[in-house]
Amino acid sequence: MSKFVYLVPLFPLLGFLINGLLRKNLTKSLISIVGCGSVLASLIVSVLIFSETRQSGFQAVNVNLFNFIDADRLHIPFAFQVDQLSILFLLIITGVGFLIHLYSTSYMHDEKDEHFARYFSYLNLFVFSMILLVLGSNFVIMFIGWEGVGLCSYLLIGFWFKTKEFDDAATKAFVMNRIGDVGFLIALFWMISLFGSVNFSDVFGKAQAAPASALTGITLLLLVGATGKSAQIPLYTWLPDAMAGPTPVSALIHAATMVTAGIYMIARSNILYTLAPVSQSVVAIIGVTTAFFAATIAIKQNDIKKVLAYSTVSQLGYMFLGLGVGAYTGAVFHVMTHAFFKALLFLGAGSVIHALHEQDIRKMGGLKRLLPTTHLTFLLGCLAIAGIPPFAGFFSKDEILSAAYARNPIYFVVGLITALMTAFYMFRLYATAFQGNFRGTEDQRKHIQESPSQITIPLVILAILSCIGGFLGIPDVFVRDSHLLRNFLHPVFEHSETLSQTVEVGGSRELTLIGVSVLVALVGVVYSWSRFSKNPELGEPKGFGKVLANKWYVDELYDMIIVKPVNVLGKFFDSIFDRAIIDGIVNGVGRIVQYGSRQLRLLQSGQVGAYVLMMVLGIIILFAIQIILRK
Amino acid sequence: MPINYYIFLAVALFCIGVAGVLTRRNAIIIFMCIELMLNAVNLLLVAFSKMHYKALAANQPDAGINGQIFVFFIMVVAAAEVSVGLAIIVMMYRNTHSIDVNFLNRLKH
Amino acid sequence: MIPILLILIPLLSGLLSFFLRSQRAAKNWSLISSIISLVVSCFGLWITNESYLHYQTDWIFSLGSRFSVSLDGMSQILSLLTTISFPIIFIATYRNEYPNAKNFYALMLLSQAGLLGVFVSTDALLFYFFWELALIPVYFLSSQWGGERRIQATFKFFIYTFTGSLLMLVGIIYLYFHTRDKSFSIDAFYALRSQLPAASQNWLFWLFFLAFAIKMPIFPFHTWQPDTYEQSPTAVTMVLSGIMVKMGIFGIIRWLAPVLPIGSWAWGDTVSALCVIGMIYASLIAMQQDDLKRLVAYSSIAHMGLMCLAIFATTKIGMQGVMIQMFSHGINIIGLWIVIDLIEKQLHTRKISELGGLAQKAPGLAILLVIVGLANVALPLTNGFIGEFLMFSGIYTSAATVYNVVFTVAAAVCVILSAVYTLNMIQRVFYGNTNALTENARDIRANEKFALIILVAIIIIVGVYPQPIFDLTRHFVDSIISKMNYKI
Repeated sequence: MSKFVYLVPLFPLLGFLINGLLRKNLTKSLISIVGCGSVLASLIVSVLIFSETRQSGFQAVNVNLFNFIDADRLHIPFAFQVDQLSILFLLIITGVGFLIHLYSTSYMHDEKDEHFARYFSYLNLFVFSMILLVLGSNFVIMFIGWEGVGLCSYLLIGFWFKTKEFDDAATKAFVMNRIGDVGFLIALFWMISLFGSVNFSDVFGKAQAAPASALTGITLLLLVGATGKSAQIPLYTWLPDAMAGPTPVSALIHAATMVTAGIYMIARSNILYTLAPVSQSVVAIIGVTTAFFAATIAIKQNDIKKVLAYSTVSQLGYMFLGLGVGAYTGAVFHVMTHAFFKALLFLGAGSVIHALHEQDIRKMGGLKRLLPTTHLTFLLGCLAIAGIPPFAGFFSKDEILSAAYARNPIYFVVGLITALMTAFYMFRLYATAFQGNFRGTEDQRKHIQESPSQITIPLVILAILSCIGGFLGIPDVFVRDSHLLRNFLHPVFEHSETLSQTVEVGGSRELTLIGVSVLVALVGVVYSWSRFSKNPELGEPKGFGKVLANKWYVDELYDMIIVKPVNVLGKFFDSIFDRAIIDGIVNGVGRIVQYGSRQLRLLQSGQVGAYVLMMVLGIIILFAIQIILRK
Repeated sequence: MPINYYIFLAVALFCIGVAGVLTRRNAIIIFMCIELMLNAVNLLLVAFSKMHYKALAANQPDAGINGQIFVFFIMVVAAAEVSVGLAIIVMMYRNTHSIDVNFLNRLKH
Repeated sequence: MIPILLILIPLLSGLLSFFLRSQRAAKNWSLISSIISLVVSCFGLWITNESYLHYQTDWIFSLGSRFSVSLDGMSQILSLLTTISFPIIFIATYRNEYPNAKNFYALMLLSQAGLLGVFVSTDALLFYFFWELALIPVYFLSSQWGGERRIQATFKFFIYTFTGSLLMLVGIIYLYFHTRDKSFSIDAFYALRSQLPAASQNWLFWLFFLAFAIKMPIFPFHTWQPDTYEQSPTAVTMVLSGIMVKMGIFGIIRWLAPVLPIGSWAWGDTVSALCVIGMIYASLIAMQQDDLKRLVAYSSIAHMGLMCLAIFATTKIGMQGVMIQMFSHGINIIGLWIVIDLIEKQLHTRKISELGGLAQKAPGLAILLVIVGLANVALPLTNGFIGEFLMFSGIYTSAATVYNVVFTVAAAVCVILSAVYTLNMIQRVFYGNTNALTENARDIRANEKFALIILVAIIIIVGVYPQPIFDLTRHFVDSIISKMNYKI
């Protein structure tokens, strides 16, 4: 089955082409069938391949389609690699992707046929690119997917292109991703000059023989790419703005899949990072800082999607922390559980927005009774992200935190504080929106009704996954050797694990850590719930809260130190340097010639006598020269 | 007679011609001065050709003949030039009632 | 036989076009002729018999100059670009009416003949002859059918390029006197590289390089370009920016770097620094432009800078990238001009600030522009990516300079900047709400759509499967790099 892996990206590509080219001729139901069906087909193929990879003794399979670039000594095949890591990501992408496609058929139903088709074609193109990203057997194919998902994100953020803010957000997302991409590209060139190849097998095989400084450089550059795509400091500011897109897009691209591309990339090149401890520490520091920093901002946001966006940034920070401390399985585990509960939360938020046409949580309240299914699933999602056992987030977060403790307790402490804040802001959001009394208009209340089944079914499925997903990775402390995911992913990370001496946290200490983190999460949940369900924060924040609500003024800072100077420089070059100096010199040469000839013209007086005199003088001068030269 | 004498005479004639051309404004006088210069050159050519003949006659019977042929050419050209030039002067006189060459600078306008 | 046909078809049909009676006939005639050229050039790609690709006869016997033309990898790809571009230009601008159309089309065809001649000639004097032949029709085209400030702009263009060409002529003559058997043939010139001392290579380098740098153009010799692009009729701008600037790249690869390898090596860092400065400089300026044509003009300067940088990196990968990028850049930029021409023709403005919301009125145009724009920013699976990726790889792995990393990083900044200005342009012209001006815009029509769809198809095919182009140019790249690597 693995050799048919090309079918997985093929279906969404076909879906994209059909919906994209025939967008004016198809009806909505046909568009939905093509859009969802193509992803479902991919899902089925992925599941079949997955069942094959579960068999013991499965070796990674390379499927070579054609020669993409074959110039001089650079051979880049258009090839796919099927192994445990890529198939896991495939399942997440196609599985969550399918649910979100299904959800979108109802959510986007008010769009015109043509735009409905456009939406689904973009979404299919996104799934296609994402599949390329995780399936590629070399860094270039990965980069193709990498840029492809960036493009789709751009197109989908700016889906409602009539509004300028949305377009600005789209452009911002693309450009900030591009900054990261440049880092990725330079890392690619470095690999080419160092290894002469970009194939995973060659690069990872030769990595141990490579100088450590080069590996550190390459991994740091790759990290720049990852920070762009996965919204880490300093390139995270695009993600909250990206919420301008339709909510299912936020769920699929900006929460569940695309933003985890950076984690996939680092997990894929785990061997390089393991061999470059400096970069590993940088990854961990960036991760933990981002997790903390984004959580502080999320505390004071009032837009339901903005809260979720910052919580995504924060959770991605956790994953980076996991990668940085060598807990690759933990990071991938968190990618998976996060995909479940964050998609759930976003879709729940979408269901709320769909019902109310309102995103400000201060104008919600009391939705518990009005939207029962949404409420219940949303609550489960909140519990999962807060890290309450036995929901999915608890297991994955715990794995990362205990690995962090083993590496450096400071990571653990910051991570713990972040967990507290996470529980706090998620339940602030939950309590403000769902508890208490309805604060919207009377008109809204009349029209509120629970969303149709295309919306609630994905919610329920994701809620179930958020509840049980965690049992794939039960810590050894509880049940020995029952970490299914670790066993499954073992072949991918085997090499790194043998290279790095992981310090196992002892049984009793690990239990203490788990107890502390659960306790902290519970404190956050209970405090928030009791405080915000009765009297939610409705006013404008003051003092330090205002700094948080304005996101630490980072956007303004970037604007001041990067955007403005670049613009000023551009203006200077354009209007002064180019026109006045360079063109001035060019025109100056022309003017000198003109001036000179105007002066020379005066010699042509028309007086015959003057001409003759000049002639005679000329002859005399020639004679003089002749005589001087003779001597 | 030594060749030097001819050279001095020719140079003197030529310089008189040049000075005349430079200083006088009467077109006819300028013409005469030009003739003077041409004849100075003619004189030199004849003198040199005679000198060459003397030096090379032994093995080259027609030595120096080139110079004399040149003189004829110059005389012909001078005559042609005078005829054209005088015609111009006559036309100029008809138009301007003057043969002052400084009037000619109006041609540039 | 093929190269001579490639020159003769446009030359003769161009001359004929002067004498056609009706303007419409001239339009159709030039379209047909350009399609015939395309067929011939495709035939040249398909043919395997080498002897069809070369032709030689006496030309100026007393000077030792021969009329020798031939098609190798690079000339194949450039003549393919030329012969594809002309029909597309004619189709896309089919509805444009020009006063004195027959002269217009005649001059266009003559410039095509000149361009093809430049790309196929293997005799220095012949090369120079065609170099000027390509230039002169463009001068007349721009100065007669151009915008308001056309006289000033074309005068500047002409003086600029002519100065460069004359310097090159001096260089050619100098080299000619040093060839062993007083010949202008390219092989005789290549043989010179071992005979000329480094000192004379060093100053000869600049005679040639100035001519090519002005043509490309390389900072700081670029100021003719935005003015000329802005003032020329768009069809001519397409020829200028799509094909004619490639003459500069072509000249360096064929007539400069392999002939004067020591000079090129000695000045490589200087030239590369100029390229990098120019790339960043042009990108920054492009971000500030309000005029669509000037924006594209500056973006073109940045792209050409990268190609020049990749040449002086002297690596096979980079050179392969240059080959593919010469082709791609031509295709992409012609696509951009077609869109700009459409906007200007119906809305009578090129000011970005006056446009907006066109995607609602012209969705077809918007989609095609987005694809072309993405190719311009080198998104993977478009042709721009292949070229830029290989060129960057070449620059990074270059052994010819010690500053390879600096150059790569600085040039990579332009990758970001190009995204900024291209997306900004797309956003401000096509997205947002319509205004009073764009309210009545209409969508793209059949002929324009046809032209753009062909371009988009080329963009994607080359972007997904570039292998045929590599195969076409591999042999040429190997030979040219081995010539460039000659050191005393």
